Amino acid sequence: MSGRALYVDGVSVVFDGFRALNNLSFIIEPGELRAVIGPNGAGKTTMMDVITGKTKPTAGIVKFGDVDLTRLDEPRIATLGIGRKFQKPTVFDALTVFENLELALKAVRGPIACWKWKLAAEQRDRIEAVLREIGLSERGQDLAGLLSHGQRQWLEIGMLLMQEPELLLVDEPVAGMTDQETEHTAALLARIAGQRSVVVVEHDLEFVRALNCKVTVMCEGSVLSEGSIDHVQNDARVIEVYLGR
Amino acid sequence: MRRLIILGIALLLALLPALNLTGLGISDFVVTVVGKWLCYAILALSIDLAWGYAGILSLGHGAFFALGGYAMGMHLMRLIGPRGSYGHPVLPDFMVFLGYQELPWFWWGFQSFPFAMLMALLIPGALAFLVGYLAFRSRITGVYLSILTQALTYALMLAFFRNDMGLGGNNGFTDFKELLGLPLNTPLARALLFWASLAALCGCLWLGTSIARSKLGRVLVGVRDGEARLRFLGYDTLQHKLFVFVLSAMMAGIAGALYVPQVGIINPSEFSPGNSLEAVVWVAFGGRGTLVGAVLGAFTVNALKTWLTSVAPDVWLFVLGAVFVAVTLLLPRGLIGLLEKRR
Ligand SMILES: Nc1ncnc2c1ncn2[C@@H]1O[C@H](COP(=O)(O)OP(=O)(O)OP(=O)(O)O)[C@@H](O)[C@H]1O
Ligand SMILES: [Mg+2]
Repeated sequence: MSGRALYVDGVSVVFDGFRALNNLSFIIEPGELRAVIGPNGAGKTTMMDVITGKTKPTAGIVKFGDVDLTRLDEPRIATLGIGRKFQKPTVFDALTVFENLELALKAVRGPIACWKWKLAAEQRDRIEAVLREIGLSERGQDLAGLLSHGQRQWLEIGMLLMQEPELLLVDEPVAGMTDQETEHTAALLARIAGQRSVVVVEHDLEFVRALNCKVTVMCEGSVLSEGSIDHVQNDARVIEVYLGR
Repeated sequence: MRRLIILGIALLLALLPALNLTGLGISDFVVTVVGKWLCYAILALSIDLAWGYAGILSLGHGAFFALGGYAMGMHLMRLIGPRGSYGHPVLPDFMVFLGYQELPWFWWGFQSFPFAMLMALLIPGALAFLVGYLAFRSRITGVYLSILTQALTYALMLAFFRNDMGLGGNNGFTDFKELLGLPLNTPLARALLFWASLAALCGCLWLGTSIARSKLGRVLVGVRDGEARLRFLGYDTLQHKLFVFVLSAMMAGIAGALYVPQVGIINPSEFSPGNSLEAVVWVAFGGRGTLVGAVLGAFTVNALKTWLTSVAPDVWLFVLGAVFVAVTLLLPRGLIGLLEKRR
């Protein structure tokens, strides 16, 4: 795969005088799986907001390959190949599970094109493959509103897969999941990574360990420490602000 | 099944003017009144397309209806020709009365039927595009958008009341003589207008259904329930909202254009905010987000209104209010929800 790297360099976001991000810098290599941890309010979600165009940075550079993301809006960044799973799962309750995936499927987006669009056989196969992958094969025709919390999280991940993004941003995928569901999700994410870059924000350290990847620790809007899970767990500053509590 | 029921009802309705023409017990009044309801049904359908699917609650759709009506009215005025009371060969009576020497530029072309019909589509469409673009781009949604559209129709009403607009002031247009060479006050003209309205309603219903069943329909539901989320999936929702809003305004414009020759008059009161609110009540009553429900709502509420205004004119508005409250409390999915539950 070609693959583009994500550069975040010196990014600051200020909300009414409050620095949610403070000179944040990191690089995600093509195909890399990266975990981001940090205490509540560290700015992890805000970091994703900046990358996906929801929030414009007050200062700094955000680049995907050589494209400047700070100049683009959400739909353009999404079509560029950056997908996002939200902390609070947001699927379309009034549509079926299948239709949710179909909406996310990498295909036409404009109004008239959508009106004329027909689902091709191989696209149907792809949706069904993703349904199997997220363990919802039996639920395709059910309304998404009827799913359990864990199933909604998976549907969101499934929607990410349908977009075939180069870079996935996944915000707290296992919050509120049972141990078994968590295990399943870790396996799913590990399988996805390698073909694409994935950034996972998570509080659950067991889960992060299972991901077996480089970890970035954020605190008060900047990077506090970076390295293997063992490295950051033994970093004195990390222990002080986060793990030690 | 559903398609067959709709086709059956449409055929039954199409019989009404035929029975009237052949003198088989359907009065002129019934043909005119039901013809009007058909136009209202198109208006309701257009509102449902924007509100029921994309969640754009316009409280000013009556303005698009009235603009379509005015375009048709201008054509009908031009066709009067020298038959007006002042006998001027070109200028409509109100212009002669106000001392106009020549036809204002924006009246040019309206003597042509195709041009006037095009304007009945394009003027509401262009206004919807402008208002929609400005509002959606600034992320004006929900109640604010509703208030904005309500203000729009109110402002237009005030503007059209003015004599110097060159559009007939508070009297509007009336005393129409003919359309497409056919004298208006004849059973045949009434029948043809009725059928044209019925055909337009069926056409709009078909169009709406085709959108609702397509991926665009599901994108619009996404806009209604989670616009921000949809944007992260790569949909530039501004485009979809504009598309459906403009299309909906054009449908309302057609409805107005068909309405005016049937009722024989168009004046600024057609822009009054109450009209737009009433049309939203039809949709809510019938069941929003179903298209067929909007049509059903327009028919039942207006049938109720026609009946009540003759037997109890004083209480009609209270009944309307009571019906609306009852439906919102007891039937959140409207009449159509009730029918579907029964089945
Ligand atoms: N739109 C906003 N306006 C003002 N303050 C904001 C806004 N968004 C986030 N913040 C603040 O910025 C800080 C960082 O928030 P953020 O949601 O990025 O944290 P987080 O690391 O994702 O935390 P959590 O682990 O709780 O999800 C918080 O203090 C939050 O209150
Ligand atoms: Mg967060």
